[in-house]
Amino acid sequence: MTELAIQTHGLCKRFGDLIAVNELNLEIPKGEIYGFLGPNGSGKTTAIRMLCGLLTPSDGEISVLGLQIPRDAEQLRLRIGYMTQKFSLYDDLSVSENMRFMATIYGLGSAASRDRVEELLNRYALQGMRDRLAHDMSGGQRQRLALAVATLHQPDLLILDEPTSAVDPENRRDFWEKLFDLIDEGTTVLVSTHYMDEAERCHQLAVLENGYLRQSGPPQQLMDELKGRVLEVNGPDLRTVKNLVLEVPGVQSAAQQGLHLRVLFTKNGPSGDAAISRLNEALPNRNLSIIQGKPSLEDVFVACTNGEDHL
Amino acid sequence: MSALQRMGAVAAKELRQLSRDRVTFGMVVMIPLIQLLMFGFAINTMVRDIPVGVVDLSGSAAARIITEQVRVTQVVEIVALYNTPAEAEEAIVAGKIRAALVLPRDLPQRLASGATAGQWMVDGSDTVVGSALLGLRNMPLRHTAGSPREAYTQPEPSFEIALFFNPERRSEVNIVPGLTAIILTMTMILFTSVALVREHERGNMELLITTPIRPLELMLGKLLPYVFVGLIQITIILGLGRLVFNVPFQGAALDLAIVTLAFIGASLSLGLLISTIAKTQMEAMQMTIFILLPSILLSGFMFPYDAMPRLAQYIAEALPATHFMRLIRGVYLRGAHADQMLTDLLWLLVFTAIMLTIATKRFHKSLD
Repeated sequence: MTELAIQTHGLCKRFGDLIAVNELNLEIPKGEIYGFLGPNGSGKTTAIRMLCGLLTPSDGEISVLGLQIPRDAEQLRLRIGYMTQKFSLYDDLSVSENMRFMATIYGLGSAASRDRVEELLNRYALQGMRDRLAHDMSGGQRQRLALAVATLHQPDLLILDEPTSAVDPENRRDFWEKLFDLIDEGTTVLVSTHYMDEAERCHQLAVLENGYLRQSGPPQQLMDELKGRVLEVNGPDLRTVKNLVLEVPGVQSAAQQGLHLRVLFTKNGPSGDAAISRLNEALPNRNLSIIQGKPSLEDVFVACTNGEDHL
Repeated sequence: MSALQRMGAVAAKELRQLSRDRVTFGMVVMIPLIQLLMFGFAINTMVRDIPVGVVDLSGSAAARIITEQVRVTQVVEIVALYNTPAEAEEAIVAGKIRAALVLPRDLPQRLASGATAGQWMVDGSDTVVGSALLGLRNMPLRHTAGSPREAYTQPEPSFEIALFFNPERRSEVNIVPGLTAIILTMTMILFTSVALVREHERGNMELLITTPIRPLELMLGKLLPYVFVGLIQITIILGLGRLVFNVPFQGAALDLAIVTLAFIGASLSLGLLISTIAKTQMEAMQMTIFILLPSILLSGFMFPYDAMPRLAQYIAEALPATHFMRLIRGVYLRGAHADQMLTDLLWLLVFTAIMLTIATKRFHKSLD
């Protein structure tokens, strides 16, 4: 068994009547990128804040890097790097000022802090804008700065809350390359996202919805479990066809993607050829060509958040 | 050691932000400047040049002499002459004049028999103006005097009065040092009360509390730059007060520094406490005003502390500004030493310690 970086048991957080996180059990191994996938309001940020010791859980146990949270939260501070959802460095300070400030806060000595800042400026391609105010930087640049600051003290665990929500795809790609570099150096990364393409890059994934953990596992495994349940329907008049398809027993969802309709069957519904013939029988004389589709992460997401069978 | 470094880092960061925030930076200099000029020139408890009218029904030479004698007191300025008391009354209601002197038809006979010479009709709604005119009631009249010099000599007073510290009774002398208390209350509390709230609002706090920084380090680091701001402000006020209003400094610089630092500490820690209570910068400002208003009205800046009702005095005692008002006037105007006014000084120090303790206790490194 691999060593665990984070372990939670029965983790709950209630805000009045609202249950933001419900009975969350997690086992996050060291040295991997673990993703929280879920829509806004699914409890990702609340869960992350509890793991950092920023919020006190209503119930349940948390162990992060072997420390009991929130009891040992202060000891954890030096060992985790946290990147908030919203840019939380100082807008009116320059890149190097922000970094030097945080380096001192993390207790790096004057010489060590200077060296470390130079190293990170180079590593995250910030050298050219060291004197630029954070306020005047682009989304991608700010996020590189935030990552540089989060790794200043070389933490064992990096927690990133929707790090790329304000970043274009190319910068996002670069950003993930940097994350894999960190993994290579032995860091564990926990990242929350609502982008499927990002989730797909994680070693392991937890799908959250309404505070519940719906599914977890390696992305490929989660997709493979859906084999046979995904069909692609080609033909004319797809908007009407979509409504008809949704009436067919066993169909969990249907959504148009470009020129074809993507149909997902429930877990207990027909699969593979049986599913194709079920659709053909239900929709005769419509000139449809129906083939099996390759399950995507979006299908995984829809399958485990939209259906009753996983509740 | 690293605790001091972290505190220094926060202070340096705060100072940097302050120097880049042009509005706040402007406030540091402009608030004392504008207030000093406003209060220094406008507030004058010595009443002069009240606009009045004269109704002379006698048309006598004595009436002209009396009118002239009233004019040269400089308490009033005669702006109009009326034919009847009714006209004068109308002018008072209309606000054209604040009072009217009515000299009756039989003025020469009254003077000869030693009876009351005439009547002042006074708009008593403004008590300051009212009491200034009441002072004219016992004005000596030398209408029969042979020479002008004799006419303007005063009768022998009952007492000799030795006016210490401000013999010319200029109100600026009292106002300028007092103003330091008001301005420091305003800016010190305002700046710090928004200090933590702003970091919450901008999201910086969520990151800061995941770092090893301790609440007290953060608090003290945030306060430190404003100590210098306070010192700059008091230098502006007292320096200009001396240059423009010629307010003499009777005390020692060391005593001045001690009492000022004690008050700056008290105001900053109070602001910090507000900062841990308020949820938004707006709320923080409203709470600041809640402290500022009684500080202006009850601290002894506007009205003498001793003349206030007991309840108001109790409230005043709870305000740092009241204690500083006594200290700064004592040190600056009367040349008192800090150790002669230990009660007020100790009060400020204890207040600072209590506020800082509560603020630090209230500040949790969590988002709960």
